[in-house]
Amino acid sequence: MHDLAPLCALGGTAPHIDQVAGVTLTENPGHALASVSARLGQEIACAEHLGTVLGGKAPGVGTWVRSEPMSAFWMGQDQWMVTAPFDTHEDLAAQLTTRFGITAAITEQTDAWVSFDMRGDGVERVMQLCANIDIETTPVEAAVRSVIHYMGVYVLRSAPDALTIFSARSSAKSLHHALLTAMRSAL
Amino acid sequence: MSLQNRLDGGLIDRSETWSFRFDNKYYKGHKGDTLASALLANGVRLMGRSFKYHRPRGPMTTGSEEPNAIVELREGARKEPNTRATTIELYDGLRANSQNRWPSLNFDAMAVNDLLSNFFAAGFYYKTFMWPAAFWEKVYEPIIRRAAGLGSLSLQDDPDGYDKGFLHCDLLIIGGGPAGLAAALTAGESGARVVLCDEDFLVGGRLNLETYEVGGMAGAAWAAETVARLQALPNVRVMPRTTVIGAFDHGIYGAVERVSDHLAVPEDGKPRQILWRITSKRALLCAGAIERPIVFENNDRPGIMQASALRAYANRWATTPAQQVAIFTNNDDGHRTAYDLVAKGVKVVSVIDTRTDAPTSSEYDVIAGGVIDQTWGRLGLSQIEVKMPKGGTRRIKCGALGVSGGWNPNVHLTCHQGGRPTWNNALAAFVPSGTLPPGMTVAGAANGIFSTHGALQSGADGAKAILADLAIKASAPALPEAEDTPVKITPFWHVKTAKRAWVDQQNDVTAKDIKLAHQENYVSVEHLKRYTTLGMATDQGKTSNTAGLAIMAEVAGKAIPEVGTTMFRPPYTPTAMGVYAGRAWGMEMRPTRLTPSHKWAEEQGAVFTEAGLWLRAQWYPKPGETHWRQSCDREVIQTRKSVGICDVTSLGKIDVQGADAAAFLNTVYCNGFAKLPVGKVRYGLMLREDGIVMDDGTAARLAENHFVVTTTTAKAVEVYRHLEFVRQCLCPDKDVHLISTTDAWAQFSVAGPNSRKLLEKIVDDGVNLSNEAFPFMACAEITICGGLRARLFRISFSGELAYEIAVPTRYGDALVRRLMQAGAEFDVVPYGLEALNVMRIEKGHVTGNELNGTTTALNLGMGRMVSKAKDSIGSTLSERPGLNEPDALKLVGLRPVNKDHMVPAGAHLMSKGTKVDAVHGQGYVTSACYSPNLGCHIALGFLKSGDTRIGETIRLVSPLMGVDHEVEVVSPNFFDPEGERLRA
Amino acid sequence: MIINHPLLGPRDSSEFVYLGDARLLNRPDWQADNALEQFIDYGHTRENPAGLHRELWYHEQGDRSWLVVTRNTVTHEITQVELARDVARTGGRSK
Repeated sequence: MHDLAPLCALGGTAPHIDQVAGVTLTENPGHALASVSARLGQEIACAEHLGTVLGGKAPGVGTWVRSEPMSAFWMGQDQWMVTAPFDTHEDLAAQLTTRFGITAAITEQTDAWVSFDMRGDGVERVMQLCANIDIETTPVEAAVRSVIHYMGVYVLRSAPDALTIFSARSSAKSLHHALLTAMRSAL
Repeated sequence: MSLQNRLDGGLIDRSETWSFRFDNKYYKGHKGDTLASALLANGVRLMGRSFKYHRPRGPMTTGSEEPNAIVELREGARKEPNTRATTIELYDGLRANSQNRWPSLNFDAMAVNDLLSNFFAAGFYYKTFMWPAAFWEKVYEPIIRRAAGLGSLSLQDDPDGYDKGFLHCDLLIIGGGPAGLAAALTAGESGARVVLCDEDFLVGGRLNLETYEVGGMAGAAWAAETVARLQALPNVRVMPRTTVIGAFDHGIYGAVERVSDHLAVPEDGKPRQILWRITSKRALLCAGAIERPIVFENNDRPGIMQASALRAYANRWATTPAQQVAIFTNNDDGHRTAYDLVAKGVKVVSVIDTRTDAPTSSEYDVIAGGVIDQTWGRLGLSQIEVKMPKGGTRRIKCGALGVSGGWNPNVHLTCHQGGRPTWNNALAAFVPSGTLPPGMTVAGAANGIFSTHGALQSGADGAKAILADLAIKASAPALPEAEDTPVKITPFWHVKTAKRAWVDQQNDVTAKDIKLAHQENYVSVEHLKRYTTLGMATDQGKTSNTAGLAIMAEVAGKAIPEVGTTMFRPPYTPTAMGVYAGRAWGMEMRPTRLTPSHKWAEEQGAVFTEAGLWLRAQWYPKPGETHWRQSCDREVIQTRKSVGICDVTSLGKIDVQGADAAAFLNTVYCNGFAKLPVGKVRYGLMLREDGIVMDDGTAARLAENHFVVTTTTAKAVEVYRHLEFVRQCLCPDKDVHLISTTDAWAQFSVAGPNSRKLLEKIVDDGVNLSNEAFPFMACAEITICGGLRARLFRISFSGELAYEIAVPTRYGDALVRRLMQAGAEFDVVPYGLEALNVMRIEKGHVTGNELNGTTTALNLGMGRMVSKAKDSIGSTLSERPGLNEPDALKLVGLRPVNKDHMVPAGAHLMSKGTKVDAVHGQGYVTSACYSPNLGCHIALGFLKSGDTRIGETIRLVSPLMGVDHEVEVVSPNFFDPEGERLRA
Repeated sequence: MIINHPLLGPRDSSEFVYLGDARLLNRPDWQADNALEQFIDYGHTRENPAGLHRELWYHEQGDRSWLVVTRNTVTHEITQVELARDVARTGGRSK
């Protein structure tokens, strides 16, 4: 076991938590991520593998399939992002490479992203000040790619009052500031 | 408290009495007042001075179409010039000042312009200030700017925040009058997603301004009840204080919500305003109509206003500009004002109706067939003169005059996509044309349907048609009973006079100006507009355009529709710049990207610089160092002497996988990649299709089907986009997979003769870093510090024995600390961008300065890298003759002949003895620095045929910096030209 | 503007990056006799229609697909949106 201590994307040793009115914003460093891209001619086989991993079907366009321990959301045609608990799956990319074999190109994405969980009464109003997403009609288990203040994001809806937001790790502080400002403004 | 001109009733809340200040005088008003209504109630009619002639002016309207009552609202950093007193919602402690006057509103010295008016007619500036040309900027413009103009800026940062927001709906309803409310009710109760925007703080439109009953109750009460009913619907969003400012493509509308403008200071964390981008499936414009004035001599005195404004002030705001008023009208609606005022106890001294068949009244005197030919009252109306139908004149004392020239449907937003309204003879007005913005329909008065019943019905019908279009089943609520008075109007535009009669009061354009423009052959309406400035003020001529067109038609001997109409453009009303910026200003202009070592670097006291979106350490000052060069030189020397560490995470990293990954890289790089062995890195040059260099970087082959490509920091996004273009559009059936991994890995350069020894202390057992096992340009996936996965590349930008080591980003902070700790015995230094730049210039390595969008591989001295044996992007066009002239620019090194001379980047290269001009230019300097290793300034640059001119002495010229001295042309590789150090 | 993405449905144009004429899909053969002329034409010669225009848009803040959008340059009406990869395949760009 190596002895290098990790930092959260916002720079703390522990995740950052904010509360405005009834909404909580929590930095979540607990995801391991890996992208899965079906190799040419292996699209069906790859989707089947992914379905097996998830205990169901591979996510369709713009959706998110949640399962234990792995979940996945759609990124593009024949391309998905698989997530799993970091503590048990830090080597997610290696695991998936073994599992998918020649059917997919797998790339470690764990630390490319920062993740925030936003939960509470009013998340829709907050999101209306953040991204051009029709959030009122965005169903639970949707995965929408959008932009918040010039930062690319995936907004995943986990419940009517809960969203998970993935964005580039290097601009985590800017995104956090944008989300918090919108919360103070909208709530 | 009883105010001079406060009436009974109205929709103001008398339980809240507020104090406010206008021009150093304190007044009282109530909740529900606007600044204009409160001032009128206090007996103040004079609220501003006109733009050009500094004529005294008061409010003409009650809304955002107001041309005259323009004030500076608030003070200090929050001061907002050019704000309409008619839309400023009163709050306790409000402060406003009149503008465009000196020294005071009552006595304005600049009103001398008014006496000189003959000099200021249309085209005056064009004709008078033509010559001499140099005088314009230095003499005329400053004088004119001081004399004419509107409010002043605070010149301080805006302390308030602005948001941008995004809404989506089936139906956007613009305007909450009877048509809008009926539409919202119909669509809302049918389950459609509705957004209803109204610019007023009290939704209801003219229902709040009229005495007509709706459904057996006061119109305002019905409006309030309906708004409450709508607000209870989860699928309806009612947005008061929200102005739809523009109709854009594909059903997108811009709207500004004034969240906090009715407060002295926004609540903590709340924005002042929000710019909403509303994506609608359909839009229904219910923006109502605007009453237009009749033009006559001296028709601009404070107290003269729209007749509809006079009754609106009385009905809603319980105020009147004066206790004795007169009405001047060409239609029945003018009489409506007289009735309402009489009912409010205001003395209506006369109704002057241009029509000989005007209705009569037992309540007030009517002069049928009369016109007003003159008015008096220096700072406010005191008397009018009526030209009687049977000859002669009659003078009538009054403090206010309501003018009704008929109503113009508010077609502004229908024009935003290029549509022009059409003339309707029965209404004597322009109505929306068939070429509306796609998805928009128009209802109510905006569509020329002026009765309350008609508005309610057309709103409901409009909504029903839209619901049918969207396949939503309509459940139509019953509509209330309401008046259905027909329009009775005989067009009458202006009372002829040889003196000045004001058409556009905001820009001080008179009927005479229009005639003059016509005389001078400005025939096109668009030319008329620009020559006279009619309709070009902040109100876009909402109250003045039609009269202007009518007068032009008359002098041209044409019908109004033949003259045409000018365009309305977004924004509908003047809009604060801040709301367009939103949160994106200052450091929030764009996102900031931080490197994994940022926190550590901050602790070291590093100075940061922006590199694209990234903040990167520029240098790391040590105690006692007072100039950046001291830090930079030390970092360079120590790195070349022992070892230095630099965070290079910001360079773009792209994972390229697939069976065809090597073939793909062969296509996108001009040099070959097919035969790169696994475990090796190669430098690659990427061209644009036109043969110009796009970017450079490295590709490391981690496995047969797996490469990691790096880009420069600046071009990471562009290169990724380009690679996706090549992948999807040019080779759609290659097995290639791309994903950015820039943020996933923290990457550090470890450079210097002791870099191997340092790294050997942290790599795990079994990782052999010897030159034989891990030579120059090797790469491997390894583990460090007891099992952490890492990537190691033996590449060098500095020219030293060097490595780049990458670990998952969350461990980057710990890694840099570990490297510094492990390197303590070698006196390891962190180095910043400045030292990095010095070392790469010493090595002749190119960067963005050289890859500047004009240079080719040939220019860079890499012409032979462009493989002729394969197809790659840009290879064919790089062979264009023009890019391969014998005297093409070539990359060279430059060293001053006098070692004390500095060499500025951007300087130009000239042959000795030639003129210093563009024709004789021989090239230019791209990068320059002081080299602590060579003990002098050095530079890289492009020189014509530079590769054959090594050893030549040429001139380096920078007229801008006053530099003109001799430099020697040398190899760009200043330091260790044989590359012995990096292969050590 | 709203671009009706073939996979994702209507998306705001601010998520996209514009490139230009879709003829960029028809990259010439580098080994043709007049390859240089063909490439000059490919790189620089453009129609400028007042009307329907087939053009390339990149869904950078989306699924990163390149699209061929048929847009009326006069009205901005968008009449067809296709995945550029499919168009390239149909156009014979498969290897």
